[in-house]
Amino acid sequence: MRHIISILMENEPGALSRVVGLFSQRNFNIETLNVAPTEDPSLSRLTVTTIGDDRVIEQITKHLNKLIDVVKLVDLTEGNHIERELMLVKVKALGAARDEVKRTVDIFRAQIVDVTPSLYTVQITGDASKLDAFLQAMSPVGILEVARTGVSGIARGDKVLSL
Amino acid sequence: MRVQALTGPYCQGLASGAGMGRQRHTAALDPAGCPADRTRDLQGRNTVELLSGADMIARFLQDEGVEYIYGYPGGAALHIYDALFRQDKVKHILVRHEQAATHAADGYARASGKPGVVLVTSGPGATNAVTGIATAYMDSIPMVVLCGQVMSHLIGDDAFQETDIVGVTRPIVKHSFSIRHPSEIPEVLKKAFYLASTGRPGPVVVDIPKDMTAPTERYEYVYPKKVKLRSYNPVTRGHTGQIKKAVEMMLKAKRPVFYTGGGVVTGKASEGLTDLVKQLGFPITTTLMGIGAYPQSDRQCLGWLGMHGSYESNMAMHHADLIIAIGARFDDRVTNNTSKFCPTAKIIHVDVDPSSVSKTVRADVPIVGPASSVINEMISLVQGHSIAHPEALADWWQKIDGWRADREGKLYEPSKPGEVLKPQEVIEALCRVTRGEAYVTTDVGQHQMFAAQYYKFDKPNRLITSGGLGTMGFGFPAAMGIKQNFPEDDVVCVTGEGSFQMMMQELSTCKQYGVGVKIVNLNNASLGMVRQWQDLNYKSRHAHSYMESLPDFHMLIEAYGFTAITVKTLDELEPALERAFANKHELVFLDVKVDPHEHVYPMQVPLGAMRDMLLSKTERT
Ligand SMILES: Cc1ncc(C[n+]2csc(CCOP(=O)(O)OP(=O)(O)O)c2C)c(N)n1
Ligand SMILES: [Mg+2]
Repeated sequence: MRHIISILMENEPGALSRVVGLFSQRNFNIETLNVAPTEDPSLSRLTVTTIGDDRVIEQITKHLNKLIDVVKLVDLTEGNHIERELMLVKVKALGAARDEVKRTVDIFRAQIVDVTPSLYTVQITGDASKLDAFLQAMSPVGILEVARTGVSGIARGDKVLSL
Repeated sequence: MRVQALTGPYCQGLASGAGMGRQRHTAALDPAGCPADRTRDLQGRNTVELLSGADMIARFLQDEGVEYIYGYPGGAALHIYDALFRQDKVKHILVRHEQAATHAADGYARASGKPGVVLVTSGPGATNAVTGIATAYMDSIPMVVLCGQVMSHLIGDDAFQETDIVGVTRPIVKHSFSIRHPSEIPEVLKKAFYLASTGRPGPVVVDIPKDMTAPTERYEYVYPKKVKLRSYNPVTRGHTGQIKKAVEMMLKAKRPVFYTGGGVVTGKASEGLTDLVKQLGFPITTTLMGIGAYPQSDRQCLGWLGMHGSYESNMAMHHADLIIAIGARFDDRVTNNTSKFCPTAKIIHVDVDPSSVSKTVRADVPIVGPASSVINEMISLVQGHSIAHPEALADWWQKIDGWRADREGKLYEPSKPGEVLKPQEVIEALCRVTRGEAYVTTDVGQHQMFAAQYYKFDKPNRLITSGGLGTMGFGFPAAMGIKQNFPEDDVVCVTGEGSFQMMMQELSTCKQYGVGVKIVNLNNASLGMVRQWQDLNYKSRHAHSYMESLPDFHMLIEAYGFTAITVKTLDELEPALERAFANKHELVFLDVKVDPHEHVYPMQVPLGAMRDMLLSKTERT
C-alpha cells in the first residue's frame, strides 16, 4: 500500500542525506520526496511517499524514528488527511489544440501561468492521481516538460504535527 | 532546509548570531605551545577558561574520564596530537594501523562497558578506520571516533587527504557530527559520548576540520554536565502491561526457552537474567554475542544457538512453545529460514531498540525497554508465583536431556597419539589451563566457532568476538585494548593464520607498550571456514582457501622480541599453554598446528529450520 509519511527533522546539514540514505540502505522505496523549513527555522518538514506492506512500513517508521535528526513523524495515511502536489507542465498549444488545452485546463481547475505562440505553461495542484489524470489528458496534444513537487500532506481536523 | 550542497556544511551562517561562547580570542602561539589562558575579572580572579579547539578536546576527554585513546597521527589531526602531548591524564596508544585503533577501542569498550575512543587523521586515516566502525556498529558497541578533516574552506575541493568521512560512514554509525565552530566542541563531544553509550549503544563519528583546532584561536571552555537532544529519548523501562502479559505466558508455558543476546551483556543485565532463569527453572540458550550472560557451566544453559550452535539449543528452540527473547535480534545466523522458524512457539521479544522488534520474526508480545529494567520487573512479578505446569516442564527437561545425551562424546574425534592435533582439543586445554576465566578474543573462521563452542564462559564480556560483521583481524587488536584495561587478567586471542596476518603489525604496538596478551594461533594452513564451505558446496574445489608461503611464525614473533612456542602434538600442548600463561605481562605466541580437514559441526542446513543440522561429515538430523 502507498503511505505518506511526514517528518519533522532538525534543520541541520546532513539530516536529509541521513533520511534518504536510510531508504536506500535498507532497500525501502521512495516514490516522492519533498522538504522545506517550517515556521520554526530549526525544523524542516519532509514528506515522503512510499509503498510497502504493513511490516515494511512499520520498519520504515521505526528506523526513521531512530535517526537522531528526526524529531517526530506521522504516517498520514493512517487517518483522514489532505494530500496535495503541485505540477508545472509545458504543453504544445498550436492550432485547434490551443483551445482544447485551455478547455481541459479549466476542467481540471488548473491555471495557465505563461504563454508563447506555440505553448502553454500550466500550473495544477491536487492529489497525485489528479495530476496523473491531467497528464494523461494532455498526452495526445504533446507534453514538453513536467515539473512535480512531490506530495505534501497534512492531517484533517484537530490533529497537529508539531513539537 | 540547510542542505550541505547548498549552504556549505561548516562555517557559513555561524559568523552571525555567535553567542558569548563564540567570542574569539586570538593569541600569538607562544613557544611553549599554547597553555590555557583565562580572562580575569576586576579583582583579577579567573572567570572563564579560554582554550583552543585542540586543547578543548584534550580537556574534554579528561573531564569525561577517558583513560585511553587509540590513534594514529597525520596532518589534519596534528593540533589535537599536540594538545594530547601537553597533558598526561589521557593516555594515547599509538597503533600501527587505524583499523587496529578501532578494534582496540572496541575490545576495551566490550570488556569495560565504557565507550572506546579513537583518534585518526583525515582521508586515509579515517577510511582505514571504517572496518572497525562497522564492526562496532553491527555489535552495538559504544565508541567515539574523532577524525581530523581538512580545513573547512577546502572542504569539497578534493583537497589533499580529504574524504567525506561523515558520508562514508553514514550507514555504519549511530550518529555523526561535523564541527562547524570551535566553540561547539565541548557540547558536540558530550553529545557524541552520550549517544554512543546510551540506549542501544553504537559508534559515533566526529569530523573535525583542522581550523577548528587552531592553537591561535581560543574560546570559553565549560565541561557540559548535561546533554539536551530533543529528538533522542531512549526508553528507560518497558510497558508494564506487556511485561505482565509476558510473565503470565511464562508461568503457563509447557516448553519454554530463554533466547538471550548481546543486549543482556551491553545492558549489564546478566545478574538479573541469571536470577530470573533460575527462579523459573527454564532452559536458556544465548546467541554468540550473549555468551556468558548466564553461566555456561550451569545445567540450565544449553550453550549457544544458530548456525554452529549446540544441537540441544537448536532442537529446543524448534520444539518450544514459548520463546523469551531478550536483547537478541533474530538475525539470519540464528533463525536459519524464518518461515520455518520455531513453528509451535509464541514469541516474547524484549529489546531496547524498537526497530529490532518484529524486524525478521514477528513478536507476539513485543516489549521495548532496556533488558535490565524489564528483567527486574519480571522478577518481581514472578516472585511468589509458581509455574502452572511443573510436570510439563519436567517432561521438557527430559526431552532436552535426551538431546544432550544423544551428542555426548560425539562432538568431535580427539586426535590419536602422534597424530596432528584437533583444534577443539586445543580450546579445551586452553579452558582448563586458564580455569575458564580468561578474556578470550577471536578472529573469524573455524577457530572462532571452536573457541565459542569449547571454552566454557561463566561470565559476560569474556568472549569478545566480531559477531555481526565477522571481521577477520579483530581479535588481536581487541585483545590489546582489553589487556591494557585489565592488566592482571589473562587475555588470549584465539586466531587463525589467515586472520592473524590481517593485523599482525600490532605486534609492534604490543612491544612499545608492553602488552602481555597471549596468542593462540590455530594454524591449519588454510582459510578453514572458507575451505569447509567449499568442501560442502563446491565438491572440495579449494579456490584460494589455502595458504601458501606462510611465514615462519616462530621467527616472526622472535623478530619482535617475543616468545613463540610451536606445538605439534598433544603431549606438547598443555605444557606449552602452562608456559605461555606463567607470566601475565609477557606476550607469548603459540603456533599450534591443527588438522586442516576438520569441520565445524553442528552446522545448520541452509534454508532449513532450526533443527535441520549437519552433525558431522556423515550424520545429519
Ligand atoms: C576481513 C574479512 N575478509 C574475509 C572474510 C571471509 N572469511 C571468513 S572465515 C575466513 C577464513 C579465516 O581463516 P583463518 O583466520 O585461518 O581461520 P580458520 O577458519 O582457518 O580457523 C574468511 C576468509 C572475513 N570474515 N573477513
Ligand atoms: Mg586457518
